[in-house]
Amino acid sequence: MSKREREPLFSTKNVKLLTEPLGRNNPITVQVLGICSALAITVKLKPALVMAVSVVFVIAISSVVIAALRKQIPERIRIIVQLVVIASLVILVDQVLKAYAFDVSKQLSVFVGLIITNCIIMGRLEGFAMANRPWKAFLDGLGNGAGYGLILVIVAFFRELLGSGTLMDYPVMEKLGAYSIGYEDNGMMILPPMALIVVGLIIWVHRSRDKSLVEKH
Amino acid sequence: MKQFSNTYIFIFSTVMVIIVATLLSLAATLLQPLQSRNLEIEKKRSMLESIGVPADKRDAEELYAKYVKESFVLDHNGEEIPGIDAFSVVVRNEQKKPLEKQYLPVFSALPDDGEKVIIIPVEGKGLWGPIWGYVSLRSDMSTIYGVTFDHKSETPGLGAEINTADFEDMFRGKRIYDGDKFISIGVIKGGTTPDNPHGVDAISGGTITSKALEEMLSDCLIRYDGFLLRNRN
Repeated sequence: MSKREREPLFSTKNVKLLTEPLGRNNPITVQVLGICSALAITVKLKPALVMAVSVVFVIAISSVVIAALRKQIPERIRIIVQLVVIASLVILVDQVLKAYAFDVSKQLSVFVGLIITNCIIMGRLEGFAMANRPWKAFLDGLGNGAGYGLILVIVAFFRELLGSGTLMDYPVMEKLGAYSIGYEDNGMMILPPMALIVVGLIIWVHRSRDKSLVEKH
Repeated sequence: MKQFSNTYIFIFSTVMVIIVATLLSLAATLLQPLQSRNLEIEKKRSMLESIGVPADKRDAEELYAKYVKESFVLDHNGEEIPGIDAFSVVVRNEQKKPLEKQYLPVFSALPDDGEKVIIIPVEGKGLWGPIWGYVSLRSDMSTIYGVTFDHKSETPGLGAEINTADFEDMFRGKRIYDGDKFISIGVIKGGTTPDNPHGVDAISGGTITSKALEEMLSDCLIRYDGFLLRNRN
């Protein structure tokens, strides 16, 4: 193993680790993981962005830690070790948010803590980081976190724009003069079911553009 | 993957726990001052919200100094206890003490419409965690001027709705006294009649939180009974 030829840092294979989860192997739209938090915190763009950044941070760092320790971690307690690493990082994120972004941390409330149970993270640690080098695990974590974040931001964009008429709390619809010609915000967009429908629409668009994702029956 | 001995597993977990514990307690200690400052600003912001003054984290301290004129601490008979800073009294800790030893903070404020109001902090247990808020009363010590509520972890979309303006606005103008009799405010499932001066609509799907809020109000406000009756005009 040690005699193997060194791969360049950004070989095609490595770049694929980063880009696949953004499209063809997206954790939300293709693997349908992490839906719960995607429904809960996508009412406004800002908390969705913070959530996305937090998840990317947690998943990338924990992937590196687990991959670096993969030969030292006793197999029998590996799930516990993975959880300890994830949980510590999540607590760190939570503490930092409380200190520097209090409003957002209030909006995200329990969902920061629930990053611990985000199945995307556990899935990547168990499925990838335990069997790969730190650099690859880092890219894989980054890619999957970003793939999750991307969908979160897209969903939040439509929900905030159509539901509250704002983007990042900036009153877009009002500035466009939409209300004066009789436009009204759609209250349905604020409710969780619409998040599911928006995710569904994204999956539909995604599959109609990439036929290889459609199951053959 | 090779098999590890039990001793190795024990040592591994011990070392891991020590490293993680050190790291986390270090982070918690370092960030503590910033966090408590945020909480302080948040407290001032909520108090201002209960008297209808919108504030954000930048101007909360300034507006608080402008609107909240004085504060004092009462005992359970409504007598003032001198020498204690009302702002630093933590209601949650007071509620653990026997009633005779509790400090009851009161804040007095002067909103723009010129009527002197008092602000009373309330705190109770919701469905999943603590709920709290501020109730401001007009100078008759019975009519509600405004309220603000918040919660730690009530169910989003259901119990968590207690901190929305739609819910809080219903309290305005309700009365906690009927003559000299303390009634408090009922949070009524299925909706109240519009002419009921002592009731507001409960949140559908948030029955336990609604009930908890009702309990919190009557439980906290009745402690001020003596003070409120004596100072009405």
